[in-house]
Amino acid sequence: MNIVHFISQLIIPIFIFLIVSYAFFKKVKVYDCFVNGAKEGINVTLRIFPYVLAIFVAVKAFQASGAFSWGQEIFRGICNFFNLPFEIISISLIKPLSGSAALGVFTDIVKNTGPDSLASRIAAVIMGSAETTFYVLAIYLGAVGIKKTRYLIPVCVIADLMGVILAIIIVKLFFYN
Amino acid sequence: MNTVWFLLLFVSVIVSLINGRLEELTKSFFEGAKAAVEISLFLGGIISLWLGITKIIEESGLIYRLARAFQPLICALFKKIPANHPAITSITLNFLANFFGLGNAATPLGIKAMQDLQTLNNDKETLTFEMMLFIVINTASIQLIPFSVIGILSDFGSPKASLIVGPTILSTFISAILAIGILFLFRRVLK
Repeated sequence: MNIVHFISQLIIPIFIFLIVSYAFFKKVKVYDCFVNGAKEGINVTLRIFPYVLAIFVAVKAFQASGAFSWGQEIFRGICNFFNLPFEIISISLIKPLSGSAALGVFTDIVKNTGPDSLASRIAAVIMGSAETTFYVLAIYLGAVGIKKTRYLIPVCVIADLMGVILAIIIVKLFFYN
Repeated sequence: MNTVWFLLLFVSVIVSLINGRLEELTKSFFEGAKAAVEISLFLGGIISLWLGITKIIEESGLIYRLARAFQPLICALFKKIPANHPAITSITLNFLANFFGLGNAATPLGIKAMQDLQTLNNDKETLTFEMMLFIVINTASIQLIPFSVIGILSDFGSPKASLIVGPTILSTFISAILAIGILFLFRRVLK
């Protein structure tokens, strides 16, 4: 595990080192070039800011309203029917909306049910295999000013749902077979 | 996105009315705005950093080498990207960053990829299929090792926290393939 962790820490430094040295020996003015590229970053950030704002306000409001606990209640019946821990509902509901909140929920699940419980394992797989879908959508669409999203949103929502079901199946097969 | 945003706000207001959490709701609007500024400042820094680095990749000609190496793979998926287009490199770099779990690098490179894909778009307000495919692959988040998750599991005393890596990799790959499959299915049905 330590070796893997070490390699993952090496990737970015080595990547930057290789690129900058390659360019330097190709007689590129690396400093001027970097500054020129970085200049565009401010424009991009300003362009996506309103989209980030919109999604953050909506997600924070949704969290504050207590709608998540309602969602959990609605899905509790389904969980009981399939004999699944209901904690996985909260993680699957929050993961597409907010990465930091999902990490908080995940920590709670591990704390309350133990690190080797079914709930913790399913939640861990969901954490690793799902993405903060709506944040990614807002930023990527905002960066190029797309207004007509065609069928992208339904595809993403269905894909997220499938991801959760898949995580449950895989954990069951892996650990409880 | 209009529907998503409307639904989030609509449900929030109705539910907090019933729950009697209007005060928290009001506070959350301002907290959201504050969080957006903080995230944007942070994003601004790393976007500029990675745009600076990608500029060096472009100027040094490294972009053509990278593009040539990954062209077969990327062009097999993204049929409408012409050979040697800058989008090939930015998509490759974004995928690599995702793969190694470098979220900080993945987002700026993804934005760059979207902009490169936009240059191939005739109708600037409408998504192309290539853009949808790119976003769907990104939201499926192909990641090798979930470090933060393993960290938390072992913090709470799991003897073999890294056992979770196998199921996670399997799940992330199958769900990515499923997501791409769903996208292609939608295209076929809606055509």
